[in-house]
Amino acid sequence: MVALDTEEIVHKSRRVFDVGSWLIPVVAVIVAMLIAAVLMYLQGAAPLTAYTSLLKSAFGSVSGFGKTLGKATPLVLSGLAVTIGLRAGLFNIGAQGQLISGAIASAWAGYAIHGLPMVIHLPLALLIGAFFGSLTGLIAGALKAYRGIHEVISTIMLNSIVISLVDYLASGPLKEHGQPLTRTAPVLKSALVPKIFGLPLGFFLSIALAYVAWWVFRRTTSGFRLETVGRNKNAAWYAGISVKRSILIAMTVGGAVAGLGGAVETLGITGRFEPAFNAGLGFDGITIALLGRANPLGIIPGAILIGGMRAGAGSMQFDAGVAPEIVDLLMALILFFVSAPLLTRWLRRGKTGNSGLTGGWGS
Amino acid sequence: MSQYLTKRNFVFLGILATFAYFYHKDGDVTTSVVSTAVSFGLPLALAAMVGIMCERTGIVNIGIEGTMLVSAFAAFFVSSLSGSLIIGFIAAVLVGLLAGLLLALMAVSWRMDQIIAGTIINILATGLTSFLFKQGHTLPDAMPEIDIPGLQSIPFFGPVLFMHGPITYFGLIFIIFLWVALFHTAWGLRSRAVGEHPGSADTAGVSVIRLRYLNVGLAGLIGGVTGAFLSLELVGSFERGLTAGKGFTALALMIFGRWNPLGALAAAMFFGVAQAVTNQLMIDQVVNIPQQFVNMLPYVLTILVLAFAAGKVRPPAAEGQPYEKEQA
Repeated sequence: MVALDTEEIVHKSRRVFDVGSWLIPVVAVIVAMLIAAVLMYLQGAAPLTAYTSLLKSAFGSVSGFGKTLGKATPLVLSGLAVTIGLRAGLFNIGAQGQLISGAIASAWAGYAIHGLPMVIHLPLALLIGAFFGSLTGLIAGALKAYRGIHEVISTIMLNSIVISLVDYLASGPLKEHGQPLTRTAPVLKSALVPKIFGLPLGFFLSIALAYVAWWVFRRTTSGFRLETVGRNKNAAWYAGISVKRSILIAMTVGGAVAGLGGAVETLGITGRFEPAFNAGLGFDGITIALLGRANPLGIIPGAILIGGMRAGAGSMQFDAGVAPEIVDLLMALILFFVSAPLLTRWLRRGKTGNSGLTGGWGS
Repeated sequence: MSQYLTKRNFVFLGILATFAYFYHKDGDVTTSVVSTAVSFGLPLALAAMVGIMCERTGIVNIGIEGTMLVSAFAAFFVSSLSGSLIIGFIAAVLVGLLAGLLLALMAVSWRMDQIIAGTIINILATGLTSFLFKQGHTLPDAMPEIDIPGLQSIPFFGPVLFMHGPITYFGLIFIIFLWVALFHTAWGLRSRAVGEHPGSADTAGVSVIRLRYLNVGLAGLIGGVTGAFLSLELVGSFERGLTAGKGFTALALMIFGRWNPLGALAAAMFFGVAQAVTNQLMIDQVVNIPQQFVNMLPYVLTILVLAFAAGKVRPPAAEGQPYEKEQA
C-alpha cells in the first residue's frame, strides 16, 4: 500500500509556471517540424515557403487568427476531455465519438426546436450536445466500472459505433428534406454561436471551462478525489474514495466536455451536421492533452498551435504544394517526441515520468 | 468416456450440427458463407496472435491496429510500384518488424507507459499513411488462389479450408505452430515465465529484456503479414483507415480466447461467421437493416464479448509493467 503523496500532487499542479515543463513540448514541436520539413523536401516541396505560408495564414491577420481560434475551440475541449481522464488514471481515446454525439445532437436541437429566443435556444442546444457527449462517455465509464472493460478498447469501439450511428441518422431520420447530401438542415439563427470582433465566442467559453477544470483539480475535494484514484487506486480505496464512482464521473464529465466541443463546432463554425465535418478532432485531443502534460491550462497553447496548423493547411497546400495531411503526420511526430523520454533525458538528464495507465486488462 | 463429456465438446458438436443442418438445406450457400467467414476471421485471428505473443511476455500491444495499417500500406504501394506481389509482401513484413521494434524500444528500453506507446504507433501509422497516400494505384496482379490438390475436392471442407490465397494458409499454419511453440517448447515456457514473473525468470537465467525484444519484434512481423493479407489478399487495394478497428477487436478476441492461440482463433472465426452470415442475409434480402447497423456489428460484438469475459479470465501477471533489473 503506497501512502498518499499530497505534496507531490500540489507540486505537480504548480508546474504550469515552471520553465522545465514548457521546454519539452516546445522542443518536441520544433523537432517534429524539422522532420516534417525533411519529408516535404524529399517530396519536392519547399519547407520554408510552406511554414511561412502556414504561419501567415494562421496568425498573420485578424480573420486568419479568428479562423485559428475557431479551429482551436473544439481542440481545447477534446484535449480537456482527454486530460480529465488522464488525471483520473483513464485513457479516454473516445473523445472522437463523444464529440460527434454532441455535434449531431446540437445540430438537431439547433434546427428542430423553433420559436425560442437566442438566450434560451443557444444554451439549450449546447447543453443537449454536452448531454449526448456525456452519455457516450458514461457507457465507456460504466463498462469499465462494472465489467472491468479497458477504456481504450471500449472507447475505440464506441467511436466506430457512433460514427455508423450518426451516418445513419444524417442519411435517414435527421436528413435535410429534399436534399441529396448526407447532412442535417442548417441550424437556426437563434442557435448560432456569435463572434465578437471577428473572434469566435466559443473559444472564450472553452478557455473558461479549461480554467474551471484547473480550479477543480487544484482546489476542490472532488478534483482531489479523482486525482487520487488516478495516482493509486488501492490508496484511494483505502482512504474511502469510491473508485467506481470516480471512473463514472471522469468519463461522464470528459464526455460532456467533448460533446460540448462538438456542439460549439457545429453551432459556431459549420452551422449544420455533416459526417465528414468533425473527423479527427477527438484524436487531436490526445496529442494536445499529452503535449499539455495533462494540465487543464497547459492544453491551451497546444490547441492554438494545432488549430493554427489545421487552419493554415489549406493555404500551405496552395502556396507550397504540400498535402494537408502533413498536419496529421506532424501531430504524430509531436506526440512521439513529447511522450518518449528521449527529450526528457536529454534536457533534464534525470528521472522519467511514468503515468501508469497500464495495469492489465482486468483492472 | 466421461472425460469427453465436457462443455467445450458439446459446444463444438453443436456448431458442427448447425453447419451440417444448413449444409443439408443448401450446400452451396453454406459452403460459400463459411469460406467467406474464414477469410473475414483470419486477419482478426492473426492480429490476436500479435497480441498474444506480446502479452504472454508482459507487453501490452495496443498498436496492432497501426502496425497492420502501415504494413498494409507498404504491401500495396511497394507491390504497385515494383510490380511484384512478393516484394510488396516482404516490404510489409519488414515494416511490421520495424513497428514491433519501435514498440519494444518504447515499452522495454524506455519503460514508457505501454498504452501510450501503442497509441503513438497507431497515430504515427495514421499520419504516415494518410500523408503518403496517392490515389490511382492498382496491384500488378490479383493474389493467386491456390487449391490444394486432392483435399480441395472434399465436400464442404475442401472449399472452406483448401481453396484460399497463400497468406491464408500461412496464417492458419502459423496459429497452430504458435500454439505448439507457446505450450510445448522452451521458448514458450520462458516467454510465459517472463510474462508472469519476470524477476524469477531473470533469476533462472532468462534475459527478460532480450526475450521481450524478440517476441515483440516477431509479433510485429506477424502484424506485417496480417497487413499484407488485408491489402493484397482480402481487399486487393488500400484506402485510408483500411484496418477499421480490427486491431482493437483482435485484443478483445485475445482476452476472450484466454491468451491461447486456439481460443483466439475460435473467437475470431465466430466473428467471421457472424459477419459472413449477416452479409448473406443482406444479399438474400431476408432481413432489411440499414447498412450502417451491419457495419456496427463487429464493434458491438467486441464490447459484448468483453463484458461476457469479464471476471472469468486472468491476464498474464506482469502485463504492462516495465522490467528493471534489481541492482545489487
